[in-house]
Amino acid sequence: MATIEMKHIVKKYGDGFPAVNDVSIDVADGEFLILVGPSGCGKSTLLRMIVGLEDITSGDMVIGDKRVNDLAPRDRNLAMVFQNYALYPHLTVYENIAFPLRLAREKNEIVDQKVRDAAETLELTEHLERKPANLSGGQRQRVAMGRAIVREADAFLFDEPLSNLDAKLRGQMRTEISRLQKRLGITTVYVTHDQIEAMTLGDRVAVLKRGVLQQLATPRELYDNPGNLFVAGFIGSPPMNFLPATVEGTTLKLPFGSVQIPPEKAERVADKGLLIAGVRPENFAEASAPHARDVSEANTFETTVDVVEWLGNETYAYIPFEAPPEVQTHLDQLAKDTDSEALRTQLVITLDGTSTVRDGDQIKIWMDGSKVHLFDPETTENLTVDADHAGRVPSLGIGLDKEDAGVAAAGAPRS
Amino acid sequence: MTKKLWQRGGLGLGVLLILFWCLLPVAWIISLSFKSQDSITLGNPGFFPKKGTGAGWDNYKAAWENEQFRRAIWNSIGISLIATILSVALATLAAYAIARLDFKGKKLVLSVALAIAMFPVVSLVGPLFDLWRAVHLYDTWPGLIIPYMSFTLPLAIWTLSAFFREIPWEMEQAAQVDGATSWQAFRKVIVPLAAPGVFTAAILTFFFAWNDFVFGISLTSTERARPIPASLSFFVGADPFNRPASLLAAGAVIATIPIVIIVLLFQRKIVAGLTSGAVKG
Repeated sequence: MATIEMKHIVKKYGDGFPAVNDVSIDVADGEFLILVGPSGCGKSTLLRMIVGLEDITSGDMVIGDKRVNDLAPRDRNLAMVFQNYALYPHLTVYENIAFPLRLAREKNEIVDQKVRDAAETLELTEHLERKPANLSGGQRQRVAMGRAIVREADAFLFDEPLSNLDAKLRGQMRTEISRLQKRLGITTVYVTHDQIEAMTLGDRVAVLKRGVLQQLATPRELYDNPGNLFVAGFIGSPPMNFLPATVEGTTLKLPFGSVQIPPEKAERVADKGLLIAGVRPENFAEASAPHARDVSEANTFETTVDVVEWLGNETYAYIPFEAPPEVQTHLDQLAKDTDSEALRTQLVITLDGTSTVRDGDQIKIWMDGSKVHLFDPETTENLTVDADHAGRVPSLGIGLDKEDAGVAAAGAPRS
Repeated sequence: MTKKLWQRGGLGLGVLLILFWCLLPVAWIISLSFKSQDSITLGNPGFFPKKGTGAGWDNYKAAWENEQFRRAIWNSIGISLIATILSVALATLAAYAIARLDFKGKKLVLSVALAIAMFPVVSLVGPLFDLWRAVHLYDTWPGLIIPYMSFTLPLAIWTLSAFFREIPWEMEQAAQVDGATSWQAFRKVIVPLAAPGVFTAAILTFFFAWNDFVFGISLTSTERARPIPASLSFFVGADPFNRPASLLAAGAVIATIPIVIIVLLFQRKIVAGLTSGAVKG
């Protein structure tokens, strides 16, 4: 059991490109921390620096009370599950799990005891004598986890452990990992690019983009209070809608119509000119739907639905719109950053599963004005963020330690 | 159905033809080794010895009872095995470094190794002869082991580094995280996984050392170190104008036996796809 503290960690490769740039994250004892971001954001590099497989260019890595920058991986007492499992193919499942114990020169009885306990936990008992080549993907995954839990490591590190499994198995293993971590209560750092894993597993989630920490917060805080356009667009499925908007008084003008927003929000963005409004698909509803929400006539507008996707429990309706070029360039960039394709600008709204809307229908939509986020098109920062419930957003100076806040004010790297 | 039969029949025929082509000289040498000396002198071109001219196991017995021959077999086994073990051990370490580490002059090492392998063996015999006599390595085991090693190392290094490159990096990183030193990771994970490569290199090295004639004849002068191929050329018998062909044939067959045993032993270890199951798939 141990805490992991990363202080201003920088990783530069030979060509001077910073793969990880001034990242500070503290992981509490027993916490489940997720590192998430699109490919190439430096999340795996950061994990490999924790475990010692990658040199740290500058900054301090502290595990427990020990600075481990210069320690070899074997002296850090961490357990890691690799993306491709990295099982030893010449050893049986039993010897694979026993490998760390054999290296530590444990006695045979103790090894046997511990291996059988771990196998029991992971339901591998009947496979102990088999070779990894004869196991299914899920079983190999469990062997890799067995090798991690069999010794008393200070922390678990997972590097995209589920990305090689099919969707159904991935869901099962996800809950299995969560259950295991809660039972063992071991500090865990988990790298993924899958935002569902990030939201469901983590106590806290660190969102990274191009080596820079964007936001470190609980899943709920990330979802409700994204610090900038990137986090807002990355977290959530289907993703948040981004619309060009201007504010006059407390009226938000959108391509479809006008919406009333709370005065506190309006105040923060007064005289800012063109903004990007972010609204989650579920913050819309059909005005006619029998909803418990307070449907005020002011926040409704008529529009034509282009395409409808019915999923059973809910319905997605797509409504295309034109965006001005200033906003369009940001949306294109965002699509690139989140590994998606820049397609036509369209609004996605989630309707009730019982909705009878069809392609091409004219419907009346209601929008929840209080849930709108307003982003600055220049800096892409969230102007309406609730600083008390956003965790840590380094670029906005929210939630930083005193020492770090000073650095941020002095011009710490921004995204 | 008939088409399938035809295909299988054709395949069998092709295999038989190739086997016949390759094994005919071997079969002939075996046939020769069972003929008596007289039978050959009088002319006996058939595959089977003519009635009354068969020698049974006499030639084998005669070859084996020859002190010189037994010494030569012993020399060959010893020299080839030691050269193989040393060469493979060194090549394993070198190939691992080449596959895994980034160091200056890596390309140079590889190309120099290749250049050595291309060097004509014969051109080195003269200088080596002089040098070995000066440093008292002439007509000793090390005097043959060293050249065998240096000529087989390049091939072994190239074979092995290809094998090492195919082993995923994660394997030894996992071992290191599990608490292994670099050496332990190498010994307990990498070497077992590279075993097919190690045995391939070992077989090739052993072949080279066992079959070598040029060094064997030039760098030795007595039974102290003379290997089998060289020794067979000294099987002159009583009459230098009438070489004992059947005795020679028996000696050649005996000399082939160890290499067949070695290949059969090592071949089992060359199991393809040993790394399957290490990573996703």
